Amino acid sequence: MERLTPPPVRRIAVDRHPRVVAPTSPADGAGNGAGGVTSGAGGSQILARRRAARPAATYPPEERMQIESVSLAYGERWVVRDVSLPVRRGEVLALIGASGSGKTTLLRSLNRLTEITAGAGRAGQITLDGEEIHEIEVNALRRRVTMVFQQPNPFPMSIFENVAYALREAPGRRRRARRATLEPAVREALRRAGLHEEVADDLDRPALSLSGGQQQRLCIARALAADPEVLLLDEPCSALDPISTAVIEDLIVELRESVAIVIVTHNLQQAQRVADHVAFMHLGELIEYGTAEQVFDQPRQQRTRDYIGGAFG
Amino acid sequence: MATAEPTLTPPRAAIARPRRESTASWPLVDRLAYWLCWAVGIGLCVIAVGIVLFMFIKGISALRPSLFVESPATGALQERHSGGFKDPLIGTFILTAIGIAIALPLGVGIAVWMVEYARPRWLMRTVESAIEMIAGVPSIVLALFGLLLFARPLFSFLSGSANNGAVTGQSFLIAGIMMGVLAIPLVVGATREALLQLPARLREASYALGKTRATTVRRVLLPSIRPGIASGAVLGMGRIIGDTAILVILLPYLKLEGAGGAPLLSALRGTGTTLTYYIYYYAPTGDGNSPKKAFAAGFVLLMIVLALNALVTRLTLRSSGERAAARNIVQRVWAWEMWPWSR
Amino acid sequence: MSAEAYPPAIPPAATPKAAPPNPMEARQRHAAQLATHLKEAARDRRVEFALGTLAAGALALIAAMLVTVLVNAWPSFSTNGLAWFGPGSGANGDPVVQFRAMQTGTALPGHPLLYFRAWPLIWGTLLSTFGAVAIALVVSTFAAIFLAEFAPAPVRRVLEPVVRLLAGVPSVIYGLVGLLLIAPWVDGLISTPRKESVQYVVQLNGSCLLTATLVLTVMIVPTMITLTYGALAAVPPAWREGSVALGVNRWRTIQRVSLRAARPAIVSAMVFSTARAVGEAIMLAMVGGGRPFAPNLLDGLTVFYEPIQPLAASIAKEFGGNPNTPIGHTASAIGAVLLFSVALLSLAAWAVRQPLKRYGIGI
Repeated sequence: MERLTPPPVRRIAVDRHPRVVAPTSPADGAGNGAGGVTSGAGGSQILARRRAARPAATYPPEERMQIESVSLAYGERWVVRDVSLPVRRGEVLALIGASGSGKTTLLRSLNRLTEITAGAGRAGQITLDGEEIHEIEVNALRRRVTMVFQQPNPFPMSIFENVAYALREAPGRRRRARRATLEPAVREALRRAGLHEEVADDLDRPALSLSGGQQQRLCIARALAADPEVLLLDEPCSALDPISTAVIEDLIVELRESVAIVIVTHNLQQAQRVADHVAFMHLGELIEYGTAEQVFDQPRQQRTRDYIGGAFG
Repeated sequence: MATAEPTLTPPRAAIARPRRESTASWPLVDRLAYWLCWAVGIGLCVIAVGIVLFMFIKGISALRPSLFVESPATGALQERHSGGFKDPLIGTFILTAIGIAIALPLGVGIAVWMVEYARPRWLMRTVESAIEMIAGVPSIVLALFGLLLFARPLFSFLSGSANNGAVTGQSFLIAGIMMGVLAIPLVVGATREALLQLPARLREASYALGKTRATTVRRVLLPSIRPGIASGAVLGMGRIIGDTAILVILLPYLKLEGAGGAPLLSALRGTGTTLTYYIYYYAPTGDGNSPKKAFAAGFVLLMIVLALNALVTRLTLRSSGERAAARNIVQRVWAWEMWPWSR
Repeated sequence: MSAEAYPPAIPPAATPKAAPPNPMEARQRHAAQLATHLKEAARDRRVEFALGTLAAGALALIAAMLVTVLVNAWPSFSTNGLAWFGPGSGANGDPVVQFRAMQTGTALPGHPLLYFRAWPLIWGTLLSTFGAVAIALVVSTFAAIFLAEFAPAPVRRVLEPVVRLLAGVPSVIYGLVGLLLIAPWVDGLISTPRKESVQYVVQLNGSCLLTATLVLTVMIVPTMITLTYGALAAVPPAWREGSVALGVNRWRTIQRVSLRAARPAIVSAMVFSTARAVGEAIMLAMVGGGRPFAPNLLDGLTVFYEPIQPLAASIAKEFGGNPNTPIGHTASAIGAVLLFSVALLSLAAWAVRQPLKRYGIGI
């Protein structure tokens, strides 16, 4: 029998004196963490600088929707209790809170999407421009109050067809409207969503061939194509990388001029970056509502302080 | 003041529980489509219930216990009013047994190769297409092929011989082989689905212990997919039991008749038929023209099919999770079998 | 801090004296292990080869089927040439006459007994199949939408297993039900003047194209409903929710999103049902009228009451059992035509589904 030798071992060279790589400067790195503690003085300074750098609203905020003493239930379980909030065009309203605080349910009730679930019940009043939303026909309401979801969900069609979808389905417009008729509106919506430069060359590409951030912007363009009055965003950036997140956040700040925006987010830094008014909810109740500076820097309630400080989440 | 737990008492104002989106506001075209859906749905209910009820009522009224124990009567005078379907009933069981005995090992083997080995790639793709083609071939062409292939002196051991020495090519064995071919795509489909649904960690754990692929398949994977294989077997049996065309070509004889020789081999090499051909024969267009008998046999056949369906949805398994998994597999493989060209 | 060291040291007396390592033993152990591994690997390769051969057997089966059927069909095809597919003319043009002549004797290629014109059979197959599939497509799509979207939950729970049961019912039972339920009803629909108008050519009764198409539809519909329902239920809810959230009503959502996503499945279901209808021999032999006749569209509405005997049903009815007779060759020729049409259908299905894969819809 031959002498058996073990195979030669490949060794990975290990540096005896590794170089310590310094983290990038705080200006680039801050605000990319998901949830957690507001960093110390350095962090809030950066955020304050970013907030100050935002373009000011040209027109004073104008009230679009009024949520009055709304309680929502699924079956016998109360998910939201007695919440009252205003929604204004020209500003971004952020709903923050831990999981299960009812913020997503509240958001979905704003365009009556909770009705899809059997056994959903509502008490209280929600008005859009003075009209109770239950009086408005549901599809007309959803064209005026559109929603963008957490996971990008572009339809399995081309980019053009995705954005033109809402336009084609609008009443009074011919279903088989020619492409030339719809094209200006589609391009305008893509421009508002900040996607036009990237896809302008070929609008017939499949929508699913875009990257995650582009798909989410496509969904925003699709929601904007119908020219809504209120745009609801349900954690739009939670599935995206930081660069796409930054792009969409800039987009949100730009859009608040023309559309009232309500955004649900569990990322406190994101709320600090984009929000004008913040509503903190816990276990279905509205704990605190105020401007962003007020809620983040001087929270009035202890529970708000606990949440922002990271005691729970 | 925020409380720790939301209470269950309703708030001051009344609760509005809005119902699902009413169609009153839809355009007329959409409303018409909605009503059409409902009309078709109700029509479907009515027709489905109607067919089932018709077969049940007619079948039960024509059923007599003597039918189960008497052989089919031959001879023009007695045929209409006497005789039963004992022979075809036995024939059904024999044929199903042979068919599944062939389809199960072959089907599982092919499926295991397709999922676990599948090399070279071009062979895998062609085999996939071949299985799908077999699933799509009309059973009468399959029967014709069986006859053409086996009615040769080379295969005289599979069937009996006619008076002039020519091999008939008609026997339970040959029909059973063709039934097995019929059932193979279903077994392959079910086993494939079951194997694909197994979590990767099962295989990884086995390979990490140094086991070969063959050992992994035999000791780890196949025992885990027993429900899936069982589902495939039951689906295959359903297809075998329901097929008539193969019998019209290969076993159009009403009574069991051996082919001479050792008892078991004689029966297998011999001829007979199954319930389906019995129904075909005694239908008004068949030579027998005795609708009552046809209905009785049809009822029994329906009961068998029902029992198989119930078996599929309530396989006796160890846990409800496995039952749900088996049901899932059945639905998916059912769809696969019906989509011969889905991949 | 503690007096005892951790882990506790084993008192020296309890340790057995370790044997000095024996290089011979270690080498033998390694060798034995390697031998076992090699044996197992060889066995694994043998198993793979065996299973691969088995899988290739499926290929061999298809090839054998094609070859066998074609070889036996050759006399019929070579005698008739391309006219095999065409209509006959004159006294010999009726397939009834042709079949009757073919039942006995042997025939080499070129023998007049092999004379055959399949057009009435082909025309009957085409009419019944496409009629049944067209009706079944519409009915099953609406029924599946009803089941998936609009049916109340208890109705759906009952109806779905019933539909699946119906899909598993043997075709001979459908034939029986058709003969004893539908055929008498259709017979009542045929008025006497109508019967008289064609009585020199053909006798009209309840077993006709209409009955055949109806029963074929009833046979195909449960399968198509189950497949379409499965496809609709598998549409990602994110798409449906997204569409509803944009203010599109439920029906338009179904039409524009769900049906589009389910299109490959619906196409596959349709192709499979077409293949099944083309290959259906028994049921059509029972309710088709039993006479190979090409329904004449110029007859107006009477065309629905004329009898047919499609290709597969002709094999079932006419073939006696001896493959070497003229009828055997003709039956093989019909079988070859069936095989090729089924293969063509599968190719068509694959081709139709390719464009949609681009947009992310596939099975």
